[in-house]
Amino acid sequence: MTSLPQAGGVRLGLVIDLDICVGCHACAVNCKEWNAGGHAAPLTDSDPYGADPAGVWFNRIHGYEVTNEMGDYGGRTVHFPKSCMHCASPDCVTVCPTGASFKRAEDGIVLVDEAKCIGCKLCSWACPYGAREFDAHEGVMKKCTLCIDRIYNENLEEADRVPACVTTCPVGARHFGDLADPKSEVAQLVADRDGYDLMPELGYQPTNKYLPPRPQPQIGGGVDRLSNDQDTVDPDSKFLQWVDKLFSR
Amino acid sequence: MIEPDIDTSPHIADEIKYTTCYMCACRCGIKVHLRDGDVRYIEGNRDHPVNQGVLCGKGSAGIMKQYSPAKLKAPLLRTGPRGSGQFKEISWDEAMDIATERLANIRATDPKKLAFFTGRDQSQALTGWWASQFGTPNYAAHGGFCSVNMAAAGLYSIGGSFWEFGEPDWDHTKYLMMFGVAEDHDSNPIKIGLGKIKSRGAKFVSVNPVRTGYSAIADEWLGIRPGTDGLFLFSLIRELLISDNVDFPWLVKYTNAPWLVIQDEGAADHGLFARDDDGNPLCWDGEGKRLANALDTDVKPAVVGVYTLPDGRDAVPAFELMARRYMVPAYAPEAVADRIGLPADTIRRIAAEMAHTAFQEEVVLDVPWVDFAGRLHEQMVGRPVSFHAMRGISAHSNGFHTCRAIHLLQMLLGAIDCPGGFRYKPPFPRPVPPPQKPAGKTGQVQAGTPLQGPPLGFPTGPEDLLIDDDGKPLRLDKAYSWEAPLSAHGLMHMIITNAWKGDPYPIDTLLLFMANMGWNSSMNTAGMIDMLTDTDPDTGDYKIPYIIYSDAFWSETVAYADLVLPDTTYLERHDCISLLDRPICDADGPADAIRQPVVSPDRDVRPFQDVLIDLGARLGLPGLVDEDGSPRYPGGFPDYMVHHERAPGVGMLAGWRGENGARHGSGAPNENQLAMYKANGCFWKDELAKGQRYFKFANKDYLEYAARMGFIGKAQPVVMQIYSEILQTFRLAADGHGPVQPPDAERDRIACYFDPLPVWYEPVEQSLIDDGDYPFFAVTQRPMIMYHAWDSQNAWQRQIISRNRLYMNRGRARTMGIGEDDWVWVSSHKGRVRCQVQLMDGVNPDTVWTWNAIGKRQGAWNLDVDAPEAKQGFLLNHLISELLPEGTDKSRYSNSDPVTGQAAWYDLRVKIEKARPDEAREIAPQFEPVTPGDLLDKTPATLRYGASFRAGKKAAP
Repeated sequence: MTSLPQAGGVRLGLVIDLDICVGCHACAVNCKEWNAGGHAAPLTDSDPYGADPAGVWFNRIHGYEVTNEMGDYGGRTVHFPKSCMHCASPDCVTVCPTGASFKRAEDGIVLVDEAKCIGCKLCSWACPYGAREFDAHEGVMKKCTLCIDRIYNENLEEADRVPACVTTCPVGARHFGDLADPKSEVAQLVADRDGYDLMPELGYQPTNKYLPPRPQPQIGGGVDRLSNDQDTVDPDSKFLQWVDKLFSR
Repeated sequence: MIEPDIDTSPHIADEIKYTTCYMCACRCGIKVHLRDGDVRYIEGNRDHPVNQGVLCGKGSAGIMKQYSPAKLKAPLLRTGPRGSGQFKEISWDEAMDIATERLANIRATDPKKLAFFTGRDQSQALTGWWASQFGTPNYAAHGGFCSVNMAAAGLYSIGGSFWEFGEPDWDHTKYLMMFGVAEDHDSNPIKIGLGKIKSRGAKFVSVNPVRTGYSAIADEWLGIRPGTDGLFLFSLIRELLISDNVDFPWLVKYTNAPWLVIQDEGAADHGLFARDDDGNPLCWDGEGKRLANALDTDVKPAVVGVYTLPDGRDAVPAFELMARRYMVPAYAPEAVADRIGLPADTIRRIAAEMAHTAFQEEVVLDVPWVDFAGRLHEQMVGRPVSFHAMRGISAHSNGFHTCRAIHLLQMLLGAIDCPGGFRYKPPFPRPVPPPQKPAGKTGQVQAGTPLQGPPLGFPTGPEDLLIDDDGKPLRLDKAYSWEAPLSAHGLMHMIITNAWKGDPYPIDTLLLFMANMGWNSSMNTAGMIDMLTDTDPDTGDYKIPYIIYSDAFWSETVAYADLVLPDTTYLERHDCISLLDRPICDADGPADAIRQPVVSPDRDVRPFQDVLIDLGARLGLPGLVDEDGSPRYPGGFPDYMVHHERAPGVGMLAGWRGENGARHGSGAPNENQLAMYKANGCFWKDELAKGQRYFKFANKDYLEYAARMGFIGKAQPVVMQIYSEILQTFRLAADGHGPVQPPDAERDRIACYFDPLPVWYEPVEQSLIDDGDYPFFAVTQRPMIMYHAWDSQNAWQRQIISRNRLYMNRGRARTMGIGEDDWVWVSSHKGRVRCQVQLMDGVNPDTVWTWNAIGKRQGAWNLDVDAPEAKQGFLLNHLISELLPEGTDKSRYSNSDPVTGQAAWYDLRVKIEKARPDEAREIAPQFEPVTPGDLLDKTPATLRYGASFRAGKKAAP
């Protein structure tokens, strides 16, 4: 069993805007390319050119449809990016028999110390979000590091010190910051947009939040047609109205 | 517990090099982080105008393209039969000797016997010029099967179009309607823009039979039946017209709406504009009660009415002809609702929303500007409704007119190049159409002689067609013939069929670059394979005598080449994203860019552009050798990029010209130009002044700037064309007028499709097919992770998608007894494929669709023969015929838009039948594997890319 640190003052995490995620996989692939050579390198791919290619990905995009009673025209196609939630109450850490899984006191990021990992996979059983990624070739568990090797990296320009998935997202659906600070941009977004936890009932207190779709804009307070008598309109009468319309060039 | 020490500031790169992405046609700026000579990381360049720092999933997967085991390693000469994939490696000297000898002989005898077609390349400024130096008219790139309907309809209507020619005003639009945009075109700018407008609370409406990708985040999804968009547009136009929601002042100022059209049925000038003695179009000045020059500014033109010309004939303003066309009951929402698959109330509401947004929610920018007549406007006032459209419109045989209908709607709303509307990207707008005619007429194609002009251009009448005295096509693809008069991008989908048939004439050599014509880039793939391998029974010779192919990878088409010239990857070469080509500008200013090599090739390959310049010099092509016959560009493509001048001072790159690099646009070649590009992140951009950024068609400051930069000939306004006189000239020819007339057999067809106003007709192939036999529409799209990415797969992309299903509407499938995962046969008039079904709600009930180009041939791309791409991926291409259905009176025509020759990929109709329970559960048809043997690297069983970058880890194997 591994113990959790005292709850600190900073909880770094992601806020993901489901209103604008188009499911392009940019975040997933950019994460893969950064992290393939990063803190947990490599993110091994087995059978990469064969019948069953499968590799380690810290971020995966799930796509599915939500249907409602309106049927074809009322449903929604949802793209749902998912990576480690860096929970406040992560069982994946507490179940770890060696102390390999740990939650950082200073910023709440959940990491794996590969030197201690014995590849028992208890943590992946404990994670309800399926966020842990076992590297069978290396025999160790890997996972989203929230780009621990970017966000404090003094070799990078300051603007680049955010996770790769955030800096690359073309629609701007991904935000990074301190969810514990109510004045932070991410906390404000959550407050303004009713951001929510994934499966809060399980009690893991995920740090990452999702922003639900915005309500559909109402144009002109809900205009629905241009006039009531248009079907009976006689084009010639229209032309009589227009014949005196003169405009300067 | 004690936390382990973590290095939070690891060393990332020894060097960062800037270049331009090539994983699709979007051409984003990238920063490539290099470590120990390998690519550590690729990210977007924050300063770049296209992507502003972001990067999509394709661009992020560029590393795996660079290290792909499918890369060709050396020039190849075929040793087995075509299609066998049997080759021997040869030296570049030998390869160039073979190519030079073959092509020299063609050029010395009959240059049109070289057909040079390029696929998804971005080097058309070079390749088109090379073809004309060689002297063959048989040149085109892939636009003919991608988006020529969009380009041509826009350029013949408003002097610009979507994507490379324009974009929505992402910062100000309040209502965006997107038609038939799959996941891309263009990739990152659309994604950036959608994120912006949704975050601002603007409304985004997507018109698309399928609710995926961009449509998934639309505020409203309109799941229209494919190919009916034109009817939807006409219904919207009718709603706006009959409710007076039309921007008359704008139409009068900036379009040909008030120009008088001669009404004299049967006359040689019927339907043309009435003109004064100087050729100026006439209008009726309602204030002065007189005929007047419609281009004058001191007139108040009428938009309706019948007026008498000096010769006593009647003439009517173009606006009235247009309004009469659409204000008819046939376009009432109720009349079109069933056919387009949307409720009438929805059509009415959309029209009302557009009208409200355009006319009640104007966007006003406090930016003064001066119009073409020198009048100062204190503010820029815009109608914030914008449109974007792509292949869902383009890939239908009625796409040219449908796209014109979109532009007509934009014009009626006054929503072009205004704040909140569609905006031109410089160098557009250009004159309608751009003043460039296709070369290759009789007498212009001669042995040993360059073509007197570019092979592609914009005809303005029948006299510009490339036809012989009998009206027969002069080009192999029959572009610019009566079969496809305005085929501004050629008809690449027809070259194999026509070359095989020898129709209109046999050729000698087909030179292809990066065009997978042996697989997913062809209609009727199985038929193409047969034609590529077919021999003359008497001689045993191949019907298509010789095929030279350049590709960087072991694509399906490689197996059909006689000689393979291996290209580099995009990270290994210089390249040029030129204003003379397909520009990367945005609406705020022109831009161009270069690629530079960031890694060195580890195999015997050469950039195709270098090879082409070398080949041209060996052939002694005039533009490629000096007077003494020595190569003019011994430094290859980088040399050409800097020193080649298309006109004095105008070259491939617009930035840092002139001796010291102080000139932009035009100027003498600058020896340090490439270094200056590299120092600026490999791109150049000129920001327009605030007062030049909108109303570019009539903005004096902008027009003068554009003339100075060489974008347009003179600083004159671009008058938009609601009524196309050019189309009418073709119709008049069909009616028996003018010196160049179609053969009798073509007259009805030309008269039908060359309507001067946008028209809707049932897509041509569908009109020849019994809906009862083939009840479904069938379309394809590419997933965002692969859109426009050459080969559509690499080690990472294929983990996201490596097999495709046939997607069906859940409710409709249920009525047919088809369930999730069932195997079905999908049949068209051309063929059938067996595949597996996946059900969804977000698809028009009458439509099925699948992801395109996921299916691969066994062994191609150096994938294992049991790869899911080969076993569970299928192509719908087998069902799509390049010719109209056999047994009909139109079967000799290509399956194309009759105006532009655009390949009509999306006109397909199919039937669906469950496979029998005893049938194999696998994709059909399957083809013999094309395995590379020892020609390529072996594929690894495990990929540990990146391990070497981590301190203390073993290097990657």
